[in-house]
Amino acid sequence: MATLELDRLVKRYGTVEVIHGVDLQVPSGAFCVFVGPSGCGKSTLLRMIAGLETVSGGEIRIAGRRVNELPAARRGLAMVFQSYALYPHMTVRQNLAFGLENLGTPRAEIARRVAEAARMLRIEELLDRRPKALSGGQRQRVAIGRAVVREPAIFLFDEPLSNLDAELRVQMRIELKALHERLGNTMIYVTHDQVEAMTMADLIVVLSKGRIEQAGPPLELYHRPANLFVAGFLGSPKMNFLPVRPAEGGVRLASGDLLAMPEASLATAGELTLGVRPEHLSLAPEAGAGLAGRVRLVEHLGAEAYLHVETEAGSLTLRTTGASVAAAGDRVRVVVPPEACHLFGPDGRVIRSAAARRFTP
Amino acid sequence: MASLTTSGVLDLVTRTRGKGRLHWTDWLAYGYLVLGLFLMFGPVVWVVLSSFKSEAQLLEFPPTALPYGQVSVVVPGYPEPLPLFRVRASDGSVRELAQIRRIGIQAQMVDPAAPGTILRVDIAAREPVRALSLATENYTALFERFDFLRYLWNSVFITVTATLIMLLVNSMAAFALAKYDFRGRDLVFVLTIATLLIPPTVVLVPVFLVVTKLGLLDTPWGVIWPGAATPTGVFLLRQYMLTIPDELIDAARMDNASEWKIYWRIVLPLAAPALAVLAIFAVMWRWNDFLLPLIVLSRSEQFTLQLALNSFKGEMHTQWGNLLAMTVLTLLPITLVFGFLQRYITTGIATTGIK
Repeated sequence: MATLELDRLVKRYGTVEVIHGVDLQVPSGAFCVFVGPSGCGKSTLLRMIAGLETVSGGEIRIAGRRVNELPAARRGLAMVFQSYALYPHMTVRQNLAFGLENLGTPRAEIARRVAEAARMLRIEELLDRRPKALSGGQRQRVAIGRAVVREPAIFLFDEPLSNLDAELRVQMRIELKALHERLGNTMIYVTHDQVEAMTMADLIVVLSKGRIEQAGPPLELYHRPANLFVAGFLGSPKMNFLPVRPAEGGVRLASGDLLAMPEASLATAGELTLGVRPEHLSLAPEAGAGLAGRVRLVEHLGAEAYLHVETEAGSLTLRTTGASVAAAGDRVRVVVPPEACHLFGPDGRVIRSAAARRFTP
Repeated sequence: MASLTTSGVLDLVTRTRGKGRLHWTDWLAYGYLVLGLFLMFGPVVWVVLSSFKSEAQLLEFPPTALPYGQVSVVVPGYPEPLPLFRVRASDGSVRELAQIRRIGIQAQMVDPAAPGTILRVDIAAREPVRALSLATENYTALFERFDFLRYLWNSVFITVTATLIMLLVNSMAAFALAKYDFRGRDLVFVLTIATLLIPPTVVLVPVFLVVTKLGLLDTPWGVIWPGAATPTGVFLLRQYMLTIPDELIDAARMDNASEWKIYWRIVLPLAAPALAVLAIFAVMWRWNDFLLPLIVLSRSEQFTLQLALNSFKGEMHTQWGNLLAMTVLTLLPITLVFGFLQRYITTGIATTGIK
């Protein structure tokens, strides 16, 4: 159990700066997820915390203590790698014990901890097998077990679920969350999958191009994104973006329709972007109301359906119930509720957030 | 790699292009293979057969394929066994007689059945009675008159020690070149590989001078140390180690393993197939090495087998029988090593190239 603080953390490879001064506080016991597209620096950041990459500037503090110069092993961390990185020439038991042996842990203590971790992760019957003889999910468990036996202050996970199939991923997601609740350790988890981030995190850190775009609880980020990047990154299907211009009493869409937003201070001139989540859009029950458009495609998922609609204001995605009657080619009208709309300025920052509470699904 | 069953091998070997009968390409293929077999194995078989021939038979022309020896019989009244000859009498009948001695073009002979009478026979009228016989004295002499076991021990000591040192030195260099990122790494690697361009004979004199200055002349270490680092070994191991995932090494670092421990406990075991290949090569190189031992080792008690073999070849006279016998004994260990480890060569070479 330990806090983690990053203070103006910078990483340079030669003259190329890849992490541009990251500040972050992770409270003790939090499940913190670094999420972002590939190449955003999330794995580099994790490896810097782990001690596998040197720090070019700034400070990393674990439990309040500066660890920049400490080697990886002495930081009291354990890491689960994307490829699991199990030692192929050792049995599962040896894999689990290797780190403890290196720390000079007494033999009896090693045996106790290995047995305990194996019981917790249900890999007891696999202890004498080699990693080659294990399935993907079993290897994943062993990799987690190797981290658990170390009893680290902070767990680090580097995209641990990305090599599993979809079904197993959902199951492991639940198990990891349960593990966190049982152990209560601080966990730092890196993923590019926003669903994993939303479902597991206490604290999501959205990264892009070596900078933190926004950090906060999942629903906070979902409902009040600080900028276009976060708004577009979280949520599936993506938030709809429409180009708008400020007008008297609201904003004007490209189609010419006016959306009334009296409370918004729209002093900003020029091109704005309007964002609205697919679940907040609906089809107008009667003719005449809403944006006129034509259904391009319907995706049926059973419980729900996604309608892709072309309007003069731009293309929109709607989430409706599975019983949607619209079909491709239908002429429809789409209702855009102004209170569910976000407005982003020309620089991508949010100007007006949706009155989210009322629209929480 | 699928293991072939015996019937599978038979099926593979006897497979032909023609259905039922032999296509002309089958004839060509078999002809080529048989030719290859003779070219490869002919000399070896010849050496083995010849090593059992007596000195006299080795110099005989035309040579025979199998080792023959003249049959001799014990005749009452004569202390030594007498050589047996087949004698053609003037009337055309043929008798087997033992020769007592030869005087000019006449031979004194005796019939083993009637040892009392001595017969005089023209030497042109007799020919030796011969039977298959192995001249094992070629081999026993090695142990009785030469210190074969000492040469064997010298060779084994140099081969085993040099191979172990070479594996250690080369794998450490390969680990550094494959898994550490340091300034000048590529330059070091290119320089290492570039030494392959220099023939070993060119550096023989400098090596000799260094060995002399270090006081290693006439010791096995004078042969072992100069061969400790080989560019081929570094290259082979580095290429293999590149295939070991970096995450494994990161994981070991997180597991509190020192760099030495990572090398010893993680990298070396995982590089075992490449190490096996290099070990086979190293054993063959050391065992068959001739030039370096020749200039470094001058006292005969330090000789390796290869040098001892060379010493059989005198300026005036060469003891071919002993030479051939020793050649066969020298070939045996390397054949056994190769036979047992050859599967590692194929799998090892296959995996070092691509993965």
